[in-house]
Amino acid sequence: MSTSQQHGRARRRLAAATGAGALILTAGLVPQQAAAADGDKVLTVAVAQSVDSLSPFLAQRLLSTSIHRLTYEYLTNYDAEDARAVPALATKWTSSPDKLTWTYTIRSDSSWSDGERATAEDAAWTFNTMMTDPDAATANGSFVANFRKVTAPSPTELVIELKKPQATMTALDVPIVPKHVWEKVDDYSEFNNDKNFPIVGNGPFILTDYKPDSYVRLKANKDFWRGAPKFDELVFRYYKDQDAAVAALRKGEVSFVSGSPALTPAQASSLKSEKNIKVNDAPGRRFYALAVNPGARAKNGETFGDGDPSLKDERVRHALFMAVDRKTVVDKVFQGYAVQGEGYIPPRFDSYFWKPSDGQELAYDPAKAARLLDEAGYKKNGDGKRVGKDGKPLDYRVLCHATDPNDKAIGQYLQEWWGELGIGVSLNCVDNVTDPWLAGTYDLAFDGWSVNPDPDFVMSIHTCGALPATPKDTGATDNFICDKQYDELYAKQLAEYDPVKRADLVKQMQSRLYDLGYMNVMAYPNAVEAYRTDQIASITTMPKKAGNIYGQDGYWSWWSATPADTGDSGGSDSTGVVVGIVAGVVVLVGAGAFLALRRRSTAEDRE
Amino acid sequence: MTAEAPLTAAVEAAAPAVPGPRARTTTRYLRYGAGKVAGAAVSLFAVLVTGFFLFRLIPGDPVKTMTGGRPVSAEQLDSYRREFGLDLPLWQQFTEYCGKALTGDLGTSYQFHTPVVDKISEALPNTLILTGTAFVLYTLLGIVLGTRSAWRHGGLGDRLNTGLALTLYSVPSFWLGLLLIIVFSVGIGPVPGLFPTGGMESGGEEGFAHVLDVAHHLVLPVVTLVAVEYGQTLLVARSALLDEMGGDYLTTARAKGLRDDQVRRRHAVPNALLPTVTLVFVNLGRTVAGVILVETVFSWPGLGGLFYQGLSVPDLPLVQGLFLFFAGTVIVMNTLADLVYPLLDPRVGR
Repeated sequence: MSTSQQHGRARRRLAAATGAGALILTAGLVPQQAAAADGDKVLTVAVAQSVDSLSPFLAQRLLSTSIHRLTYEYLTNYDAEDARAVPALATKWTSSPDKLTWTYTIRSDSSWSDGERATAEDAAWTFNTMMTDPDAATANGSFVANFRKVTAPSPTELVIELKKPQATMTALDVPIVPKHVWEKVDDYSEFNNDKNFPIVGNGPFILTDYKPDSYVRLKANKDFWRGAPKFDELVFRYYKDQDAAVAALRKGEVSFVSGSPALTPAQASSLKSEKNIKVNDAPGRRFYALAVNPGARAKNGETFGDGDPSLKDERVRHALFMAVDRKTVVDKVFQGYAVQGEGYIPPRFDSYFWKPSDGQELAYDPAKAARLLDEAGYKKNGDGKRVGKDGKPLDYRVLCHATDPNDKAIGQYLQEWWGELGIGVSLNCVDNVTDPWLAGTYDLAFDGWSVNPDPDFVMSIHTCGALPATPKDTGATDNFICDKQYDELYAKQLAEYDPVKRADLVKQMQSRLYDLGYMNVMAYPNAVEAYRTDQIASITTMPKKAGNIYGQDGYWSWWSATPADTGDSGGSDSTGVVVGIVAGVVVLVGAGAFLALRRRSTAEDRE
Repeated sequence: MTAEAPLTAAVEAAAPAVPGPRARTTTRYLRYGAGKVAGAAVSLFAVLVTGFFLFRLIPGDPVKTMTGGRPVSAEQLDSYRREFGLDLPLWQQFTEYCGKALTGDLGTSYQFHTPVVDKISEALPNTLILTGTAFVLYTLLGIVLGTRSAWRHGGLGDRLNTGLALTLYSVPSFWLGLLLIIVFSVGIGPVPGLFPTGGMESGGEEGFAHVLDVAHHLVLPVVTLVAVEYGQTLLVARSALLDEMGGDYLTTARAKGLRDDQVRRRHAVPNALLPTVTLVFVNLGRTVAGVILVETVFSWPGLGGLFYQGLSVPDLPLVQGLFLFFAGTVIVMNTLADLVYPLLDPRVGR
């Protein structure tokens, strides 16, 4: 054996020892998540949704529009308590008696992050651009479609003239952009506002950096008129996998996880037992329903699609309604993270919430459902199947979202419940429900909408006016409902400016919708989200009493969040990075050296 | 492989009077290569055509999906269709698409309002960092372990090696990824959370700190990829070497008094590498397509995730562009393999 080989062996032992030593050392030394080096308090939020665009004229997704809420002021905001319109860029507003001219007073203490003052001229320019350039109307064009003229007689006065009265004039969700920056843009269809950081804005946060599907960074706007946010920085960090996001929360890498749309019951339960983590199990703003296809039709009277004609019979619809056990849906499928469905609008919006009276309620009652079906002429045959007068058995196709486990689970219950009634159920779970949905080629479908503080939109999608003009067009209609009585109520509430009277009309509409039996609201899923209490000391939910944090209508949550004194705020830690990499390199080099040396030694041994 | 350098010189030399044996080989190689390249061009065109029509078979109207859930007037829908060029007859859309694709313009993504080429070039480096690193590591690991296994096949080491490789090969990558996150990122018991849970960078770092940061984020996804991928290379390398083991030339080499290690490295392995080369090039072609499951678990902003997002709309320009790019890379890599092969093994291409 030569000396060099002896050296080789000694080296090998040395390398192994060093490797092991380094590993042990790093194991003991890694300081978990110390505060960011410069002492800035960073609030890190886990998100999954990609940004479609950072241009307020193009952005439509929840994350992008939430970022705009944080970086630009809108004319009005929604109160965290009860979602009524409160001052934002506009301090007050009045309308002419005919409701056709609206005058907004623009605040004089809001300035853009480049120092220029935000004025009524910026607002007028924003609206006018949307009205004149179709590309700028991509995201929010519906708000200005009814505008006749927008002017700014003075820096603090904005006047909007309408063609006809519009209910959303205090809820214009349009970010006002700085004219002096945006008038230089040539083509609004391709300008994504994601190149020149920091992006000039006047919201509570300033957008400082963005990397697609990696992160969005915002820093607190210290000059924000309502007061600076308490955290110095707000970072939306991407976790494409919800389990990974939960792991990151557990580790403290992020301060907040919302889940999309909510954390699963399993995730929520496992986080509940964790110390320093609070699970916010808040009443949601969504309803989760089973929609009946009453036969697809267009405004011109043409019918299309192939909805089962038996569903035109109200008794059949009521029977189906009564054979759904909503309690089981909430207990077993949502595992308690939902509220049993009643009316159309979730109880969270308490001024509009309506529930059926005792006599009206279509409670779970399979026996009564069977009687109703008998009355309607669908009697059970020898095989136990309900058969119509035409001799055809009742078989329903239920359209479900392949990506939603709740749809599938409830679908199986439907097969059981309705099967006992003698009705066949076939689940049609597809990735893209839009096409069969719009074509009306289904019998029933899982349906759900997120409800805004102003319920106008979710109510409007059940009016005859929302039907497509011809079968070739797309209407705003949800499931082709067209009911005269409902429409009359809808028209009345549209013209009613007294909030209490309007709420009453909205409730009457819900009552009518319930009686029609086209929309069986089974549950209101909760917004289940979680945050670290050692990073966030307090945060405003919306509504304040019991509400959600992510995806609020206003910017209250992130603006109000206060950092916890102890611990860090989710900032990255350079010591950890270095140690981690050193450990990784040591392992790799160790493994490589081990292999190399072993090979030499074996060759040597075999000689 | 000596033919490589004087290739052009040889071609020039091939024309005059008496072509030497080397020149003849070169001409033959060039003819072979030209055939392969022409074949690749035909394949690429087929991909262009398939990509266009394939994605139009996906159920779903992109305009309706994109506006789904919002009140949209028929005029607005029409204006979107006009903007996207979807109102034109299919053949016209097709010729426009082909014409633009030839000039390197893959259109503008519907959902991101950004040229597809920009979206690809934005995510491509991210994917290459991840899959490229993993590719180098699992190829080396597979070849080294595979040849060692074969050399002493049937032994304990071989059985352990093959067993472990097969087990890891059959492990779902997202499951392994999540497991690694739980153990090495969050930390379990005495194991500290050493690595970030996801993403490619923390953001805000510059220069070397940024490189370190990315490397730090890279460890777990690369380990996952290497673990599930090296088995394939290992098995191919192992069986290739096993085929060579009975070769007389090895006995000759041993008889010359070479050490066992040298016999393996200098004689057996180079010959056994040929089948592995094919696999390596196939894998190399696949690296650009990204690895959607691992990208998702580790929130890596790569091409795989982009493709998925494109499919769910369907964002036709984006998926067409990506499909063309993915398929194109595989074709180019396979053609390269075809071109390299005769240089490594003179029996091919005759």
